[in-house]
Amino acid sequence: MISRKHVFTAAAAVALSVAVTGGANAQSRDQIRAVGSSTVFPFTTAVAEAFGKGGKFKTPVVESTGTGGGLKLFCAGVGPSHPDIANASRRIKKSEVEQCAANGVTQITELKIGFDGIALAYSKKAPEVALTTAILWKALAKEVPVDGKLVANPYKKWSDIDPKLPNAEIEVLGPPPTSGTRDTFNELAMLEGCKKTPEVKAVVADEKAREKVCMTIREDGGYVEAGENDNLIVQKLNANPAAFGVFGYSYIEQNRDKLQSAKMDGVDLTAPNVASGKYELSRPLYVYVKNAHAGVIPGIREFIAEFTSERAVGDEGYLADKGLIPEPKDARDAARTSAVNLTPLQL
Amino acid sequence: MSVTTAKSHYQSEAFARRLRARYAAERNFKIAGIAAIAIASLMLVVLLTSIVSKGYTAFWQAQVRVEVTFDKAQVEERNYAAILRQGLYAQFPQITERSGRRMLNELLSSGAPYELEALVARDPSIVGTTRTVWVRADDEVDQFVKGYFPRTGPEAERRLNDAKIAAVDAMTASGALVQSFNTTLFSAGDSREAEQAGIWGAVVGSLLTLLITMALSVPIGIAAAVYLEEFAPKNKWTDLIEVNINNLAAVPSIIFGLLGLAVFLGFFGLPRSAPVVGGLVMALMTLPVIIISARVALKSVPPSIREAALGIGASPLQTVTHHVLPLAMPGILTGTIIGMARALGETAPLLMIGMVAFIVDVPHGLTDSATVLPVQIYMWADSPERAFTERTSAAIMILLGFLILMNGLAVFLRKKFERRW
Repeated sequence: MISRKHVFTAAAAVALSVAVTGGANAQSRDQIRAVGSSTVFPFTTAVAEAFGKGGKFKTPVVESTGTGGGLKLFCAGVGPSHPDIANASRRIKKSEVEQCAANGVTQITELKIGFDGIALAYSKKAPEVALTTAILWKALAKEVPVDGKLVANPYKKWSDIDPKLPNAEIEVLGPPPTSGTRDTFNELAMLEGCKKTPEVKAVVADEKAREKVCMTIREDGGYVEAGENDNLIVQKLNANPAAFGVFGYSYIEQNRDKLQSAKMDGVDLTAPNVASGKYELSRPLYVYVKNAHAGVIPGIREFIAEFTSERAVGDEGYLADKGLIPEPKDARDAARTSAVNLTPLQL
Repeated sequence: MSVTTAKSHYQSEAFARRLRARYAAERNFKIAGIAAIAIASLMLVVLLTSIVSKGYTAFWQAQVRVEVTFDKAQVEERNYAAILRQGLYAQFPQITERSGRRMLNELLSSGAPYELEALVARDPSIVGTTRTVWVRADDEVDQFVKGYFPRTGPEAERRLNDAKIAAVDAMTASGALVQSFNTTLFSAGDSREAEQAGIWGAVVGSLLTLLITMALSVPIGIAAAVYLEEFAPKNKWTDLIEVNINNLAAVPSIIFGLLGLAVFLGFFGLPRSAPVVGGLVMALMTLPVIIISARVALKSVPPSIREAALGIGASPLQTVTHHVLPLAMPGILTGTIIGMARALGETAPLLMIGMVAFIVDVPHGLTDSATVLPVQIYMWADSPERAFTERTSAAIMILLGFLILMNGLAVFLRKKFERRW
């Protein structure tokens, strides 16, 4: 009997506490909340932790929701129940800015924090390979032009495309379509490689249709959707030296003893090559701040000051240790100025 | 008198053949069963061996001995990094150039100055004295000492260069670098630095979430089951409810997350990432499981018990609360614990309500931001730093430990209180 009474009391207490704290919490928040790209996630979390250790503010909560999902949450409105910061592995789209404005988020500060490079990595056990985006496109596209016609990709081995390439089955392990890395890979590698293949233009005249042909990846086993768990891909590449994996730069940095990255159009994946734009498969990373929350949620100005400080994004900053490729000095200074002034984004 | 030699049919050749075939069929069936069990156990052994062999090293962590002087002025400035540096440089008087000293700094965890700060906070009387302290080594040193990073090969491709390896070797030889039990793993919240990362934040988050789940789903689940089984009339409506409950038990858990997002966050305005919301969602998810198992347990109580109670004048409510429910309790508890174990291992619904997040601070209340154990495992598995690989496996071991504990409890309760008729 007693135990039953206790159970009901506990349930009532819980229901009450939910009602009370829920109401109270909707009105105020003393912890910064960031959402967005899984690529920017490791950098934002590192800054959040350093910021929290400063002791003045609570450590911000960072969620990894993907760029699109993050911006959707970010743009949903102003107020404590909406996040303060959105991480993005691409620039915010015009449609998203309009969506933001429609919900009252009119002032957004854009901070470009650095670059991420996408690597085509393979096992250290395999001999060195040089690729071009054009070869990559031919190896991975669903349909390629042969003798003036679009046909299902006939290339089974790398040597089918170019006799100089290894006589091995085409097998590329990469992220699934939900991933931001996949979007970037499609745009930087597939689309660019396709543009460098003149035959495509002759076969598909319509621009929209051509873009679709360019960005459709084969589904016959040449490209394996390996999920978001990059550590697993590292293991798979080790087991099969002929296979390639599509990674962010930070994974290559951490696994240099197991993996090497292919040269792309003759350019090595190194930090200077990415920052100067020579290495094609690279992308800028952004952080968006809701200006309306500065001064309302404690610590936002201090947090983005930390994010743009030299000790974070500098050439030897702690984010460089985490795999971020820093921006040139003058661009960093510009980002710092807009962080201090909360310069609103103009598209 | 002649004896007929006709054999009775059970001595015939055909009969013997059929008998042999029947024995053989039974033997083959047994062999197939044993083979199935052997394959299943083999898989389990492979899984456990792979987890344990990868993860056991995470329970140790390399520590560095440093003799530090807690200078009053520096303590007041909170410049613990400088205090630590001076002590470290004193161990390597031959290294004076800037790059070498930077290399020495990289041997220690970036959280080491905060360890000194914690020491001073605990005992302010150490200010002004010289003490020998042990601080955490950097995760790369830790991985190197554990043998995960190669010692040979081209220097540019190694995680540790020659100078660092020399320093690590010198410290190991002088006893200034040892591996000791990794208490951080059990006491700290999450961190981006593997050597400072712990699961305590996630464990507390899991406990808070389960508390809410239990407080809601157990009383509601049992009450619903008792009413449906003992009191409800048998008609179209109760049939409809039953079908719906069975259906809900099979709904993918992500759906409950979406529901939580729309109702608890959207409509009621509860905070994101809070254990209270996680608990509410999990309660919805486990409710059908508890109702179904409780009904099965109530059904298994023989009708004679009810009839006897009613026969000596007990009211229907007294019959249920005094006799049927206590007898069904072991079965109900088993179902409840299994439901809770499922809730403990669930991540998908939490994704939608923001509990899949990087959270450093250990939660102190039901509305603080928190994450749970399986989410912590997922996030560590996704971290590029190599030291997180072993920590992922260690966290899996801890989660498995909790699950074994809960399921063990379920078995124990059943064995202890079970009644057979």
